[in-house]
Amino acid sequence: MTTQVPLAPTGPAPVVRKSRGRSALLLARFSRNRLALVGVAILVVLVVGAYVMPTFLHWKYTDNDFENMGTAPDGNHWLGTNHAGQDILAQTLRGLQKSLVIGLIGGPLTTFFAAIVGASAGYFGGWVDRVLMWFLELLLVVPGFLLLAMLAPKLAHGTWLIFVVLLAILGWMVTGRVVRSMTHTLKDREFVLAAKYMGVRPMTIIFRHILPNMASLLIVDAAVQVGLIVLAESALSYFGFGIQAPDISLGTLIAAGEPDATTSAWMFFVPAACLVLMGLCVAFIGDGLRDAFDPTAVGAKSKARLQDDADEIDSESPVLDLTGQNVRTEEGLTS
Amino acid sequence: MGRFLLRRAINYLILTFLASSGVYFLASLTLEPQMNLLAKHPHPPIATVYQILNSQGVDPQVSVFVRYWHWLTQLVLHGNFGIAADGGSVNTEMSQRIFVSTELLLLATFLGAATGVVYGAWNALRQYRFSDRASTIFSYAVIATPVVVIGVTIRTVDNWLGSPIQYTGMYDPGANGFFAIAVSNLEHLILPTLTLWIVQMTLFSRYQRSTMLDVLGSDFLRTARAKGLPRRKAVIKHGLRTAVIPVMPLLVYNIVLLFTGATFTEKLFGWHGMGEWLVDTINTNDINAVAAIGVFTSGLVLIAGLLSDLIYAALDPRVRT
Repeated sequence: MTTQVPLAPTGPAPVVRKSRGRSALLLARFSRNRLALVGVAILVVLVVGAYVMPTFLHWKYTDNDFENMGTAPDGNHWLGTNHAGQDILAQTLRGLQKSLVIGLIGGPLTTFFAAIVGASAGYFGGWVDRVLMWFLELLLVVPGFLLLAMLAPKLAHGTWLIFVVLLAILGWMVTGRVVRSMTHTLKDREFVLAAKYMGVRPMTIIFRHILPNMASLLIVDAAVQVGLIVLAESALSYFGFGIQAPDISLGTLIAAGEPDATTSAWMFFVPAACLVLMGLCVAFIGDGLRDAFDPTAVGAKSKARLQDDADEIDSESPVLDLTGQNVRTEEGLTS
Repeated sequence: MGRFLLRRAINYLILTFLASSGVYFLASLTLEPQMNLLAKHPHPPIATVYQILNSQGVDPQVSVFVRYWHWLTQLVLHGNFGIAADGGSVNTEMSQRIFVSTELLLLATFLGAATGVVYGAWNALRQYRFSDRASTIFSYAVIATPVVVIGVTIRTVDNWLGSPIQYTGMYDPGANGFFAIAVSNLEHLILPTLTLWIVQMTLFSRYQRSTMLDVLGSDFLRTARAKGLPRRKAVIKHGLRTAVIPVMPLLVYNIVLLFTGATFTEKLFGWHGMGEWLVDTINTNDINAVAAIGVFTSGLVLIAGLLSDLIYAALDPRVRT
């Protein structure tokens, strides 16, 4: 959609000094973004809370407390109960587990699909390119929400893993295009040609030379996709097309609490707040990763202070294309 | 340019055809319309059930290819989408719902697009100031929030305030006379519009901010300033105009696709538009209606694609030739 003009390194001539390792440099840059650190901290708290806290709680998420049905938060049930007398805190933690797993598997998986298809299309060119791109366009035209809503309940009986794969299959297209155009610029570079003339197999070249050279894009995209997948999951679960009972996710909890949101706010707003907090953390982390990988990008927080670092890393990354402009155009999941 | 657009249009047409056929087959294979009739107590005799289904063209005993051919010829030759599960015509239902969706979306999308562009550009001009940082965090929060949560929060706030604004349905069923209904309709429009507006504005402002930042550092803007244009005039005449171009396709896609995408807003606020229909038809196993939505949605993508190509050409002189 946008043609990203490669941003020239803005720094002065390279200063001779002891060079740091790439990962140390990235870590230093990442930690300079305070919001990203906050994001990591809260996400760690959420993960630990979701998996460790339930063992210390009196109420399990399956327990029904028939003496306290639909009660407000008090000393016994810290965040209240729903109409069936189930503890909201325990339920939310359980839902959080599922949503976290779905996001953390689904996000990278989406990026993986995008990388494979985009790189193959860009590298092989010719009819492979045409077929793959045509397939990509078809997936963009197909109403994804409709498809998922019909397929998911049929295929995902009992297992949510298929559901995650389905979400990933319908979410990789925009990134796939970016990967393809980046592959175009990489495939005629000397190191790729050298590998090619030494007889390295094409798929090996893609995995060993092409994809590592756009690692920054892929990592940042994976972080963005985590948020998108979690949102998509909650949207589908809200209508009952996603995670099926007895499994619960934050989406199903939000759906269950929605009718009571005005009278019993805790049933709706506790899981909702959890979901928003999680999405916010992921977004901050993605932002920090972009800053770390691409200090010249517009909006990179540490730009001014980092001019001497700017020329150490290949700055031609269109990471900005994906993160600065959050891609959420898939129909059905928009509003 | 004309030939380019024509080629694009033909390609889009083929894609639309394949996508809608795919939706038809998928709907026929996954939905079970007989459940609607068998769930009744007492349910009609099996023979009658299949007779009814057959009259609607959704009898699972008939080969799916035969049904598809019948559906396709009816659609292409007569523009007829068939009969819905409740026995009514899909065409009538759809045209009503398109009208409802249009009313709901028209204001929200144009407000969202206009304010989003202005707000994003303003933030870009004030990069790293407090207002920019605050709105960055705010927009991350909005983007991370499901629309359901935004809508319900707005509804809850309205209730806490003692419901000064009515929100369920298109208008108050108690209203009589044209004038009363029109006023009530406008009142019912406020909260759903607010919901859609927040989401759309945030999304567009992020886009606009980043393209604007690109433009602000560009040479032509410095030249414009150097030849003596005041900053305000240079930014608006040269900067904003250039920065809006790359955002346009996104605007167009978003606005057009919102027709079936405003599912949550319509569902929450009781507007019977296309988005709500999408969910309802799947829940009621309504194959013909689902297929109609498939055609409609992929048709929208086609229109959005062509429209954004056209607008791009109109705005960017480099593409025009």
